[in-house]
Amino acid sequence: MNNLRDVLQHGRLVVVCGSGGVGKTTMSASLGAFAAHAYQRRVLVLTVDPARRLADALGLDSFGNAVVDVDPQLLMHNGVAPAGSMYAAMIDTKASWDELIARCAPNAEVCEKVLTNKLYKNLTERFVHSHDYIAMERLYEAQQSSNYDLVIVDTPPSRNALDVLDAPKRMKEFFASRLLRLLTSQAQSRLFSLAAKPFFIVADRILGARFLSDITEFFTLFRTMEEGFVARANEVEAVLRQQDTSFMVVTTLEPAPLRESNFLIDELRNRSFHLSSVIANRVTPFELLRVVEGSLGSLQQSIQDPRFVHAVVGATESLEPSAEQVARVVNAIAQGSELAVSQGKVDLDRLHHLGQHCSEAGAQLYVCAVAETDLKSASDLVAIGDSVKPA
Amino acid sequence: MDDKGALAHALRIESLQFAEREIAPNLFAMAMNTEDSLREYIRLFVKNPLVSTFGPLAKILDFVANAAPGVKEILAVGKLCWEVRERNYDIVIVDAEATGHIVAQVDAPAILSNLVQVGVIRDQTRWMQEILHDQSATGVVVVTTPEEIPVLETIQLLDTLQSKTKVSVSAVVANRVHPDVVAGGDLAVFSQLADSVESGRIASEPASVLRAPLRLLCIAIQRRKREIGLLEQLATSAKERGVLFMPILEIDEQEAGITSVMSSVLKDELT
Repeated sequence: MNNLRDVLQHGRLVVVCGSGGVGKTTMSASLGAFAAHAYQRRVLVLTVDPARRLADALGLDSFGNAVVDVDPQLLMHNGVAPAGSMYAAMIDTKASWDELIARCAPNAEVCEKVLTNKLYKNLTERFVHSHDYIAMERLYEAQQSSNYDLVIVDTPPSRNALDVLDAPKRMKEFFASRLLRLLTSQAQSRLFSLAAKPFFIVADRILGARFLSDITEFFTLFRTMEEGFVARANEVEAVLRQQDTSFMVVTTLEPAPLRESNFLIDELRNRSFHLSSVIANRVTPFELLRVVEGSLGSLQQSIQDPRFVHAVVGATESLEPSAEQVARVVNAIAQGSELAVSQGKVDLDRLHHLGQHCSEAGAQLYVCAVAETDLKSASDLVAIGDSVKPA
Repeated sequence: MDDKGALAHALRIESLQFAEREIAPNLFAMAMNTEDSLREYIRLFVKNPLVSTFGPLAKILDFVANAAPGVKEILAVGKLCWEVRERNYDIVIVDAEATGHIVAQVDAPAILSNLVQVGVIRDQTRWMQEILHDQSATGVVVVTTPEEIPVLETIQLLDTLQSKTKVSVSAVVANRVHPDVVAGGDLAVFSQLADSVESGRIASEPASVLRAPLRLLCIAIQRRKREIGLLEQLATSAKERGVLFMPILEIDEQEAGITSVMSSVLKDELT
């Protein structure tokens, strides 16, 4: 299922990756809005980025862990509301971790102990990589839910997406580690452990006995949930490789995002994820560039022609422009066009190379033209989704 | 901080390691690696010969650093603060993690000092905080692009840094700013000309030559208008610090010398 429209019509999970600032979140929301319109699907767009991009893209107030039903009126397109529906959610790391602990804890006592553990509170609220695992957990829940036909996941920028995708594997490695067992062994047996003793001497000195015992207690509590965590990590990994799961890379044709995209394409492939499509976003329409290129010669000639300049003066006479002003404007048109055409050729070449890389990776390349007008409301998202065409 | 090769690429070298490397006279670069940072830390502060001779011990410490909340962050921030404290360089410039992670990173010593009541680390979070909270020593430079979501994110970040941390923001940079296609009063002339062409108020011959170029340039003008609006919002949020502008450069980022060009633009902006 490599055709983007097939993916949106029949897929269950689409994971959208890409460099920062390429319009990845807007694209995720647009494809969701388009699928709700064109294929009557119930779509959840889930952002796993710690920043609040999706709410902004949808023109919604901020929202949290709870799924928000996007008002169909916001998604009106050509006067028609979507026959499907659209939902949006972002990840509240703390709330999601709490839910996960409640589910995986062997009993209420352990659950309470973990939830009130000082380290746990800081882990879930403040620290960087706690977000990655929980993102995968939310993705899994959404994909399993019967409330949605399609889940589109907007991942964090660039390579941070890979940290998220690798999180289940890291969680399994954590629980499988012999070191975890060593650290969480009973205090008495630690005394007899040749390997652990120097560690506790050094760690005690660095971290202090109290923090060390907090860490040990935290790890010990966490270990009681091993079964639930490992089983879920396996399930998440299986979902990511299911047939109806697709990955998508969004890029612009600028060098830095392109470099990132090429890297992501390779890394997704290395992880055996199914990369269905790559979208080159904000591309200046090549048709228009071709027409401008064809008229560059006559434009250069015309701006030297007094009759042409006279016509321009006539067309702008209510502003009473000076001769210098008119000259500046027509020169800016000529120079700007020339520059845009030459940039367009560079972009076309880059698109060609990207297309080759996509073919090697078994993915289809699409383009989304730069918007000629501002994105005024969420309803414009449908048009953006519709405008994505094969390159 | 989040070494994935971008800094090495910008400096036109193959790769960077934890050990510093002199790239040019007086310019050194390194990539953060918390495992190496932990080893260096133990060598400097614990001075326990067991560590260097006993391999599994280092592995256990790595494991704790990876799994215990805050340890990894403090190892990274601690290394930076150490370089500042020891005055090993005149200035340490940190290519930090992504926007969503930066607050947790700069605030790591403060968080850890609440978690750890005693011990060497507890004492060290004190001097780290002194460095990070001293605005004559430390400042966050927030870099964004003039697009809607990055700008909104930057505004939120500025707000969060101010309300939740004691680390000050020293500059806001808008990168990849497009030039004006037509500027000032010329824009009104351009717009009226475009309207005349679209509505047929100009003879067919000049109209046919102008139609496509005007449509193409209207896209660029629209984008520039959007940028200006966003940059105004950014300037309001940046308050008295103002915003430094880095134009989109014609030079390809793959070409050597882009860092020199950018440095020279920034020099002009700063003076």
